[in-house]
Amino acid sequence: MGNTIRFRDDEVHEEPAVALDSFLDQSNATAVRIEAGEDARVLLPYLDRLSLIEIDFPVFGDGRGYSAAQILRESGYTGELRASGDVLLDQCAHMRRCGFDAFSPDSPINPQLMEEAISRYEHVYQATSDQRKPIWSIRHG
Amino acid sequence: MYQYDQYDQKMVDTRVEEFRDQVKRRLAGDLTEDQFKPLRLMNGLYLQLHAYMLRVAVPYGTLSSKQMRMLAHIARKYDRDYGHFTTRQNIQYNWIKLEDAPDILADLASVEMHAIQTSGNCIRNISSDQFAGATADEIADPRPWAEILRQWSSFHPEFSYLPRKFKFAVIASDTDRAAMRLHDIGIQLVHNDAGELGAKFFVGGGMGRTPMIAPEIRDFVPADELISYAEACLRVYNRYGRRDNKYKARIKILVHELGQEEYTRQVEEEFAHMKQLGLNPPVEELARITQYFQDPPFDKQASVDIDLSDPDFALWVDQNISAHKQPGYAIATISLKPRGGIPGDASSAQIDLMADLAEQYSFDELRVTHSQNIVLPHVKKSDLYAIWQRLDEAGLAPANLDLITDSIACPGLDYCSLANARSIPLAQKISERFADLGRQRELGELKLKISGCINACGHHHAGHIGILGVDRKGTENYQLLLGGSGAEDASLAKITGPGFTEDGVIDAIETVTDLYLEQREEGERFIDTYRRVGMARFKEAIYG
Ligand code: SF4
Repeated sequence: MGNTIRFRDDEVHEEPAVALDSFLDQSNATAVRIEAGEDARVLLPYLDRLSLIEIDFPVFGDGRGYSAAQILRESGYTGELRASGDVLLDQCAHMRRCGFDAFSPDSPINPQLMEEAISRYEHVYQATSDQRKPIWSIRHG
Repeated sequence: MYQYDQYDQKMVDTRVEEFRDQVKRRLAGDLTEDQFKPLRLMNGLYLQLHAYMLRVAVPYGTLSSKQMRMLAHIARKYDRDYGHFTTRQNIQYNWIKLEDAPDILADLASVEMHAIQTSGNCIRNISSDQFAGATADEIADPRPWAEILRQWSSFHPEFSYLPRKFKFAVIASDTDRAAMRLHDIGIQLVHNDAGELGAKFFVGGGMGRTPMIAPEIRDFVPADELISYAEACLRVYNRYGRRDNKYKARIKILVHELGQEEYTRQVEEEFAHMKQLGLNPPVEELARITQYFQDPPFDKQASVDIDLSDPDFALWVDQNISAHKQPGYAIATISLKPRGGIPGDASSAQIDLMADLAEQYSFDELRVTHSQNIVLPHVKKSDLYAIWQRLDEAGLAPANLDLITDSIACPGLDYCSLANARSIPLAQKISERFADLGRQRELGELKLKISGCINACGHHHAGHIGILGVDRKGTENYQLLLGGSGAEDASLAKITGPGFTEDGVIDAIETVTDLYLEQREEGERFIDTYRRVGMARFKEAIYG
């Protein structure tokens, strides 16, 4: 496990994330980890009490985690959303746009390079859960 | 046509810088080829058999003369003086050096072009009707909708690592010139009962190993919900499309495995949720974009007569000219299928000439067609002869639009690392065998499509006559297919039987075209006769 880079000001969550099955069995966990094939929507009833959701990317080309993140944010989740696994520098900007605010890549990423990659594009074309104003919205006030 | 504003320009400029940086890291060894591959693919750069291939996006196939000249410039400066127009209405260059790629992208950006998402498992270039804005049979120009989709799909963060590539086509006419229902999502613009313009969605079409015609999943999506509906279609696919097997990863397989009803139900559920999220540009944005696609200032007095006293010109007019919505004007298709030539190839001099003609005679506009030809969409009938003379001098006046030698062929074994067989030399030989124009015209409309392997980039499933290259005990072998269509009467071609050698398959084509001539009834095209007579009769003629 490499470094974790966070884009949050709150305290790092100490409790380890548990697998989805165990989370659903034990009612008091506050951190959960979901695998690429698991349905993020099963977490919707529990969002209030969760402070960390970790989404795993088994290989960088498996993009299911982007939709999982969007679904959680669209449903009002405000806790830490962490991308783990095969997370590469050039994917981080898209992940940020989908609501991830922490990264725990298998191979460490230089935080400064990550910062550059994430802030490279001044504008965006789509409305997503990062709440950036899309270009069409700037055009039409 | 559409023009970038400062925001669009900034996006492509930033992309150029980003890619320059990535190439630098690759050349310095900071990125391995494995890590670099997905990045270069997002920029349309493939590693082919002999060199890098760069695919440049031509959104919905529309180009200005200035952009066309830039394509010639790139061919001249960075490649071997030619480019290849593709079945996705794009252009690709086959002999690119990695270190030149950032400069090429910068050149493209200077004329509002790019290579963004021309490969990779993301949303690809949006294709459309090459006659958009010029034909009388459309209810609206589909390109503003395609442009809305282009912007939305560019750098889409949620849909950049889909199970597989994803292709949209948008049309606005009952006549389908874009093989709309053979796309992952096909959209046809329609009016609802209240007379409002909206989108009919077809999802799950495609070619490849398992060709499918997309079923309709929604009859009307209003303009201001287009994006949320598209997002819903994509999200269901991104979450549930298969990732275990690359050959089962396209959305057509998901729609097929879930069933059209269940897929539609899931999309509608997601859509109900997404509608609330403020994902759609306001209708003013569609109106803003539509402004760019207003009719050019047609000369209402233009003469409707064409002097056809030159017989060669008359043939070209008869074959390559299509009706324009404005009397006195015509749509001219320039065939890139000369006798013995490579389908879709054009030299930089030819590209420049087409740019000049567009500037002088077609309100500065050109189109690329999915059958690898170029269109001058708005030309005065009285200018046709002058245009034809200049095309003819440059070898650009084959009068064979939609005839047997107007074939589609994928790059095949000459370039493609996945190929089983050569496609281009076969297309060339067929064009020699059927070179006699009188004979071609006798055969009439006949769509011949050749793929070098089962991935079907040459659309063989959609050919009236299709040819598929296969590998048979280490030698190239060709299967013959009959009865496909990518048009509004979409159908999938069927394999006739055992394969042939290269010469054998050309003989077999002659056998089936002879049978057609013998069997046809008044007014029937090849495909009509085939459909009426049936495969058995054709098989019997081929295999005896
Ligand atoms: S059909 Fe096969 S051979 Fe032809 S371009 Fe596609 S992958 Fe290559």
